[in-house]
Amino acid sequence: MKLLTGNDLGSGAVTWWTGNGWSIHVEDAADVGEHGEATLLAEEGARRVNAPYIIDALPTEDGPRPAHIKDRIRALGPTVRTDLTLKPADPAAGDWII
Amino acid sequence: MYKYDNYDQAMVDARVAEFRDQITRRIAGDMTEDQFKPLRLMNGLYLQLHAYMLRVAIPYGTLDSRQMRMLAHIARKYDRDYGHFTTRQNIQYNWIKLEDCADILEELATVEMHAIQTSGNCIRNISSDQYAGAAADEVTDPRPWAELLRQWSTFHPEFSYLPRKFKIAVIAASEDRAAMRLHDIGLELIRQDGALGARVFVGGGMGRTPMIAPEINPFVKADDLLSYLEACLRVYNRYGRRDNMYKARIKILIHEIGADEYRRQVAAEFAHVKTLGIDPPLAELERITAFFAAPAYDAPDVEPDRNDPDFAVWLDQNVKPHKQAGYAIVNISLKPIGGIPGDATSQQIDVMADLAEKYSFDELRVTHAQNIVLPYVAKRDLYAVWQALRDAELADANLDLISDIIACPGLDYCSLANARSIPVAQKIATRFADMDRQRDLGELKLKISGCINACGHHHAGHIGILGVDKKGVENYQLTFGGSGAEDVSIGKIIGPGFDEDGVVDAVEKATEVYKALRQGDERFLDTYRRVGLAPFKEAIYG
Amino acid sequence: MVEFRYRADEVTEQPSVTLDAFLDQSNATAVRLEPDDDARALIPFLDRLTLIEVAFPKYRDGRGYSAARILREAGYQGELRAQGDVLVDQIAFMRRCGFDSFAPESSLNPDAVARALDNYDHAYQGAADSVVPIWKLRHG
Ligand code: HEM
Ligand code: SF4
Repeated sequence: MKLLTGNDLGSGAVTWWTGNGWSIHVEDAADVGEHGEATLLAEEGARRVNAPYIIDALPTEDGPRPAHIKDRIRALGPTVRTDLTLKPADPAAGDWII
Repeated sequence: MYKYDNYDQAMVDARVAEFRDQITRRIAGDMTEDQFKPLRLMNGLYLQLHAYMLRVAIPYGTLDSRQMRMLAHIARKYDRDYGHFTTRQNIQYNWIKLEDCADILEELATVEMHAIQTSGNCIRNISSDQYAGAAADEVTDPRPWAELLRQWSTFHPEFSYLPRKFKIAVIAASEDRAAMRLHDIGLELIRQDGALGARVFVGGGMGRTPMIAPEINPFVKADDLLSYLEACLRVYNRYGRRDNMYKARIKILIHEIGADEYRRQVAAEFAHVKTLGIDPPLAELERITAFFAAPAYDAPDVEPDRNDPDFAVWLDQNVKPHKQAGYAIVNISLKPIGGIPGDATSQQIDVMADLAEKYSFDELRVTHAQNIVLPYVAKRDLYAVWQALRDAELADANLDLISDIIACPGLDYCSLANARSIPVAQKIATRFADMDRQRDLGELKLKISGCINACGHHHAGHIGILGVDKKGVENYQLTFGGSGAEDVSIGKIIGPGFDEDGVVDAVEKATEVYKALRQGDERFLDTYRRVGLAPFKEAIYG
Repeated sequence: MVEFRYRADEVTEQPSVTLDAFLDQSNATAVRLEPDDDARALIPFLDRLTLIEVAFPKYRDGRGYSAARILREAGYQGELRAQGDVLVDQIAFMRRCGFDSFAPESSLNPDAVARALDNYDHAYQGAADSVVPIWKLRHG
């Protein structure tokens, strides 16, 4: 599957295209299929996202898993500061990245 | 320390207003990201993996307690309670909001700080020797010269859209503590016939094609220096490559046309530029120098009591001789075993500020090895300083040892990274956690970069580690034999790469070879240079 | 199209020729320099030129800043025009390097340009304009 991701223009937070908006949780990301490019241009133009790009991901039971480690780190947070990730209470969250 | 006058303050204030306007225009949609990017970069604002990252300049690595407290305040109020000190003597915040950026810069401006030209294809923050003003081996204090260059390079109208970034370092001692010859321009201040001037090296750098800067001029007089640098930059701005970003640094130009031809072109340009009257009179250098007058030393020349063994170890490892009797230079390691190299919490930053105010004539330095220095501590106060540092978990006695690792942010934070750097640093430091073992290995500079850009100086590491992407998996190459000091050299790749644990094992094996082969008080680097790669390779791959 | 001009004289209507064409014997009084061209080639002819247009195909390419200063340093008094990818936030630096007219590819907001030109009262270094560098103000 393909995901559309970028950063929020104002806050810089990592965001994922959900099909009708943006979420900071990769679990909410929607498969953009072949339509990613059009959405990307429209959303960037409307300044609802900054530096957007399209990535490959695998669908899993827990939601999409980005194919590249870089995007998995973006999705969760720094592996060396689990307290600053989106799942600070889950010590095993980092295993999802590796 | 230098203090802004009304002119300096007005420049920084105007910059804040200008950037506030630019941010407003960007958020309102009057500017595309493509147009905004170079502007935010010239204000130190990157877009990184998790958020915007703001790099704040610490000119030539010098700051006072008020400024240091402001850095803690920014971390607390606008970021996540910590900051990352970098190899270019700056500090980076990793979780900044674009909307807050102008407010942050406005707060910084109240303590004479800014983020001007900490990124972009312009002349960057001028770096220098962290022991400037305190080192016994210096010819003069290099910081007034660095300040002169800071002012000259700030908003330079001709050199703000160079082919690529441009980094200048200034030192004034025979020991090079600033990796001077790995900069686009390295200046070594020397005295010739009683007059001060600069030996000028141009075209060094790391990145994907590391190069050691050749000497371009053996002596440029103080009152010719800005004209000469202007000539160096103009030749580069006109003829540096712009067709390929990876070949755009000045080192490539000099490599392609040769140092002799570059020297000739600069000389011709200098002959012209010198007629323009752009060099300030020596009185300006003297005005600046007055701010860096020696502090009012008054401590007796007493040796500290070494009864506490932990204190004694720290004294031997982290405290360096001072030019003034009765004083010492204290290095504060930001490399706790298993910690993140260069990171400090707001609370730690405040502790260091307090110590500087109380014990170091209100001054601190940031080092290119990502540590902090208290440059003027009376020997009688060393024990009290150590105790306070210990309470703040800042008393690691590992300066220049294998766990004093330089590491770039790597894939945990950096959008250009191929692999993570910090976890490798943590694993190596943990493997060598035993301090007796580290001290037995002696000076061993280990440096890690998460990609070929070499922000972690791996080319200059006695042992260097470079993260690469091997079909989507993190992989690490080892280099041996680099040095960023006066015996400057570039490390060589020793063979095929390793995974994370593999590289830690390989480093350990290399240290064992060294222990078996060293003679006298040879460092790892010396042994490697004497015996060559073969025995190391044999042990690691054999 | 020239959108901003900071000169009192009349606009030259003569189309500018390339540097090669000019050097190849031309009586043209207006020349256009591309980033690759050596501005110094014009130095012998500055007296008879009324317009030198410096192209900025991409704003990131800063060679035109050096070209402008070189021409002004050689005494050129005519119109020096920046043409191409010229943006609000570059204009103040361009003015300092000696440009006195601007033909941006996409039109600029005049208020923003005025603000950008007005933002700094002083400058640290001497350049091709009449701004007195701060060090000189300090030392009289
Ligand atoms: C996290 C954001 C960062 C980005 C995007 C970044 C980007 C880069 C790039 C692209 C280069 C290569 C330039 C070239 O070869 O032309 C470079 C070099 C360098 N960076 Fe960074 N960097 C970052 C962080 C850092 C940090 C944290 C430090 C200090 C620890 C640092 C210090 C350096 C140094 C010393 C060099 C080598 C200079 C040279 O090439 O001569 N950078 N950086
Ligand atoms: S070396 Fe590479 S990974 Fe490390 S900070 Fe620099 S650009 Fe990022």
